[in-house]
Amino acid sequence: MELHQLTIHELQELLRRQETSALEITRAIFARIRAVDGQVRAFITLTEEEALSQAREIDKQGEYGRIAGIPLGLKDNFCTRGVKTTCSSRMLENFVPIYDSTAAGKLFAEKGILAGKLNLDEFAMGSSTELSTFFPTCNPWDLTRVPGGSSGGSAAAVAADEVPFALGSDTGGSIRQPAAFCGVVGFKPTYGRVSRWGVVSYASSLDQVGTIAKDVRDCALVMNIISGKDPLDSTSVDLPVPDYAASLDGSVKGMKIAYPREYFKSGVDTNIQDTVKKALRKYEEMGAIVEEVSLPHSEYALPAYYLVSTAEASANLACYDGVRYGLRDFEADNVIDMFSRSRAEGFGDEVKRRIMLGSFALSSGYYDAYYLKALKVRRLIADDFSKVFADFDLIVSPTTPTVAFKIGEQIDDPLTLSMNDILTVPINMAGLPAMSIPCGFHEGMPIGMQLIGPAFAENTLFKAAFAFEQNTDFHSLRPALEVK
Amino acid sequence: MAFTIKDVEHVAQLARLELNEAEKQVFAEQLNSILEYVERLNELPINGIEPLAHILPVYNVFRADEIQPGPPREEILANAPLVEDGQYKVPKIM
Repeated sequence: MELHQLTIHELQELLRRQETSALEITRAIFARIRAVDGQVRAFITLTEEEALSQAREIDKQGEYGRIAGIPLGLKDNFCTRGVKTTCSSRMLENFVPIYDSTAAGKLFAEKGILAGKLNLDEFAMGSSTELSTFFPTCNPWDLTRVPGGSSGGSAAAVAADEVPFALGSDTGGSIRQPAAFCGVVGFKPTYGRVSRWGVVSYASSLDQVGTIAKDVRDCALVMNIISGKDPLDSTSVDLPVPDYAASLDGSVKGMKIAYPREYFKSGVDTNIQDTVKKALRKYEEMGAIVEEVSLPHSEYALPAYYLVSTAEASANLACYDGVRYGLRDFEADNVIDMFSRSRAEGFGDEVKRRIMLGSFALSSGYYDAYYLKALKVRRLIADDFSKVFADFDLIVSPTTPTVAFKIGEQIDDPLTLSMNDILTVPINMAGLPAMSIPCGFHEGMPIGMQLIGPAFAENTLFKAAFAFEQNTDFHSLRPALEVK
Repeated sequence: MAFTIKDVEHVAQLARLELNEAEKQVFAEQLNSILEYVERLNELPINGIEPLAHILPVYNVFRADEIQPGPPREEILANAPLVEDGQYKVPKIM
């Protein structure tokens, strides 16, 4: 195995035994990026010079802490002090934040090394990373297919061994869906578990920060670092963060696992259904109790999400007005035209469409019929989950209805594109923790299995995911990329 | 409801988005098909259900009202498109 192929915990073991150094690892990572990123196109910005000097500094100090000397990638909607944060938008093409987002700052405080910023659908609105203003990212398993989105750059970079792990954000599946498409592990914690401060907002009641990594142990390690109350995010929760590594004992004996029949029906590729059912039998063999349940309002989650997420987006994106930062139109001779033209030039079509729908759903005369109704449906969806979790520890389903689709295949139809999120959106509506782990292949492309837990039961997810991983080898398979 | 060009213009004005004629046409069609899709929410009886705006039972998070240092003005202004005398500059408002 070469350095760029290793997980965080494997690299840490080598560092501890002094068989490698932060500098060697960092050099290996940038060599790998140079060799494959021309094809994958995961990175928007690379920070090689700073990374190398930081690695030298860490080696000089000779102490390897929680992630000291480990390179990492950040989705380009995490603010990074002094490093451009574009959200893949013309609007923020030249925006250089003056502070670090809390989650990124916690990784830097543990001496994690920033390798660069990763591609996404503009302002995290999309499911394929084709809606990046700059360029689409390719799926490392098949360069003609999408990596998923919106954290497509994060998932592709990890799958292509360009970084051991990356952070992403998940509003309707934006960590889990690309993790499934790229055959890596993606973790979205409970809403409130991780600070959102400094992460460019899309839909504030749904957005959550999480991680994409090569295995479950690495995910647990990173989640332990970034979780916890932050005075700068009033929606972060003041609960103790358990040691997630302690739940990696490989046992699911007696665990009660539910699978919702609404997540295994037409619209979900039968190959994917069968593969996840096979995984459920594996859980049974390992001593778990597996039963079918119903989440009766599942089909209403996506239409309700459409209204809630766009309403919040229309408010959040009102801050881009060409005054304090971002793109500005200099032709307008009055301030209203300046706002309208700056926004017209700065935003892409999908962002405009969502702002329009959200502004409409919140507008006078339509608020009750659309936005308020969606919030009531949101309650029904959350209640569905509560009822199941009264009797079960965990819910298991496919992460996506299909494997990764071809680049260009769905881009013309906004509605079809969002059907990709049909199995992940309900979880954000209910604010629950969920993850995607690799569980098989179809047409040579990875299949993701989604594990969903009750609020703040991240431990249960790690426990079940680790047990599956110990009994399978899907997580250790990597795409064969041509090295250039 | 059916989304007309006039509706698009009204919402675009609320959203402070300048749209050209072609965009108005496309958005009218697309927003219509999205609204048609979300109409299915009407199938559900929702009378008496409490809306859920926010998933956490957290309200009014306060901190002590103490003055803390903020970032230097020059750093903040460095990202601004147009600055004069240490302040943001915009076209005339009145």
